[in-house]
Amino acid sequence: MSDSGSRAVSDSGSRAVSDSGSRAVSDVGGDGRERAGEGETGNGRAIAIDVNGLTKRFGERVVVRDLSMRVYRGQIYGFLGPNGSGKTTTIRMLCGLLTPDAGTGTCLGYNILTEAAEIKRHVGYMTQRFSLYEDLSVRENLEFVGRLYGLANPRRAAQAALVRLGLEGRGHQLAGTLSGGWKQRLALGACILPEPRLLLLDEPTAGVDPKARRDFWSQIHQLASEGMTVLVSTHYMDEAERCHEIAYIAYGELLTRGPVKDVIRNSGLATWTVTGGDTWRLAEELSSREGVDMVAPFGASLHVAGRDKAKLDAAIAPYRRDPALSWQEDQPTLEDVFIDLMNRSKDNFQ
Amino acid sequence: MTEPPVRPDEGGRPRRGGFFRRVWAMLIKEGLQLSRDRITFATMIFIPLMQLVLFGYAINTTPRHLPTAILIQDDSDATRAILAAFSNTAYFKIIKQVRSEKDFDFAIASGEVQFGIEFPADFERALRRGDKPALLVAADATDPVATGSAIAALNGIVANALVHERGLPPRDDAESGPLFEIRAHARYNPAAVSQLNIVPGLLGIILTMTMLIFTALSVTRERERGTMESLLAMPIRPVEIMLGKILPYVLIGFIQGAIIIGAGTLLFGVPILGSLPLLAALTTLFIATNLAIGYTFSTVAQNQLQAIQMAFMFFLPNILLSGFAFPFAGMPRWAQWIGEALPLTHFLRITRGIMLKGSDLATLQGDALALAVAMFVAMGVAVARFRQTLD
Repeated sequence: MSDSGSRAVSDSGSRAVSDSGSRAVSDVGGDGRERAGEGETGNGRAIAIDVNGLTKRFGERVVVRDLSMRVYRGQIYGFLGPNGSGKTTTIRMLCGLLTPDAGTGTCLGYNILTEAAEIKRHVGYMTQRFSLYEDLSVRENLEFVGRLYGLANPRRAAQAALVRLGLEGRGHQLAGTLSGGWKQRLALGACILPEPRLLLLDEPTAGVDPKARRDFWSQIHQLASEGMTVLVSTHYMDEAERCHEIAYIAYGELLTRGPVKDVIRNSGLATWTVTGGDTWRLAEELSSREGVDMVAPFGASLHVAGRDKAKLDAAIAPYRRDPALSWQEDQPTLEDVFIDLMNRSKDNFQ
Repeated sequence: MTEPPVRPDEGGRPRRGGFFRRVWAMLIKEGLQLSRDRITFATMIFIPLMQLVLFGYAINTTPRHLPTAILIQDDSDATRAILAAFSNTAYFKIIKQVRSEKDFDFAIASGEVQFGIEFPADFERALRRGDKPALLVAADATDPVATGSAIAALNGIVANALVHERGLPPRDDAESGPLFEIRAHARYNPAAVSQLNIVPGLLGIILTMTMLIFTALSVTRERERGTMESLLAMPIRPVEIMLGKILPYVLIGFIQGAIIIGAGTLLFGVPILGSLPLLAALTTLFIATNLAIGYTFSTVAQNQLQAIQMAFMFFLPNILLSGFAFPFAGMPRWAQWIGEALPLTHFLRITRGIMLKGSDLATLQGDALALAVAMFVAMGVAVARFRQTLD
């Protein structure tokens, strides 16, 4: 990472998608000064989310601190961070459910502070916890959403959604009796029913099996290819890698952002994988050594990483002579990068 | 980062025979949860206090100082003496003197007074002649409890009112009987059938209870089940949510009201002397008022239990101070002021008025207006209180 910490400024991303700017909306909003110089807007790509310095406090506690980010139209933007890092709060500020204490920004060109009503009309928000009516059937839930958004024919829209979601056979089932995967599918279906331009998904795949997750993600990509912008928060590293661009937030601060490759490359972490021997004891010994910033067990092996390659190599040198251990230089995984970022940021805070 | 190994025995090994220990654990947990729930705590303190104060100070089943109107067509020493005797019983409080039979009737029909005393012309002359004239005491007997004791006191007035008056024929003795008589006329419910009073009251009580609970739960339920977050993220305004939640229950309340009125008429023979459409219209207004109040509670309460507790706290004074359970006129002034602020008080006047007295809208417009004001105030508070964000 180029700048050591608080707020990533280099907007390195956005090359991952080659979405033509044909559907571009003109209302960029916000302050165009800084933006115009950056170049990315030069190719005609429209901005879906553009926020600056967002801050939110709950009482004394700062939950989100000075967060700035920009998401382009048609992009799938991954939002990562530990529990309680402020992801949900940020998403809620974007869709008008929470009022920021400081900061400005636009969502689909509408001011997040003053035009919440317009934003709600064009944004689909999928909550972390299933929040449709469990005592209504699948079809009734969809029709309710359709009516609320004023669709011309809510019944037909609901029927079409049922078919699209593969929920045809379950239209009459009460939503509360669906399994986790089907609930998530229904929730997404309800979100996209009014054809929003932006989807905000808050940990949509928590507790969902791998097959359902994969289906879910292919649907997200399908939607993005049709021009929908998707901001999705997740804990899963494999999901992060499916995003065009990611942002990592911890303790209310945005620590890094960009395409996954860039995030890993910019992390500056040197990593070794060691296999064999008593990894648990080895981990305890290594983690106390100068130059070793992180030790994480992966099955029978350990990831040992350090920010300073020379110091790390010196630290592990005695162990490399141990014949029982097999050492291999490695690329850091996204998880390594995030855990390191988190530790560093925690150090800054304490 | 490595974590320290977990040591399962750090808190000591579990001991056997822990019946009391487990009860103790449960007890501590319940105590903690209770101490976090302020409204439950408040209800535990307030409900007994409220009951104590209301029953102790506000409620009087043999009410005195009942508002009374007089129509005097013969101003004389004797009438004044008799009126003084009325006042001396402490049951009657003369608040108004009317000039005509029409005003006399209206004062009773509108509920302004509980009693009317009418002295006929030439009362004194008839008295002196020993003609044993009669004066009329008309009582609004829609609430037999309120008027019963006062009517029972009338005999004493007849016996003692003129003891100190001179120039009258010899006082009553065994042969001649009393000097004058009082004709007590219990209007609207001459036989003092308590069902006639209670059924219109029950209509109000049942509607208050059910309507309050229906809407008191509506917002808290969404909040508790987590559906509120989705709802708020959708393009709908607070007033739209409120109306959408209140309107279906208006219909339910209407059906409920129809059942009570129908049963009251069929089973207890309660008459509907006034206009049925007027009764239906004002009942609907009353239903909407209570739904609005319940909805307001719903926007304040944190969860469904709190909402029910708030509804109950509101319901209690409604029963005690509205004139349903105990005579309104018998309450001290402060309690009457509180009563005036309760929708049920006004609705009781409306139902008793329409069903038993045949009152029209002109007579009841004050009470109808009070209900409408209460409804709009509650709705205004609810919309203002409703948080459109999760802040």
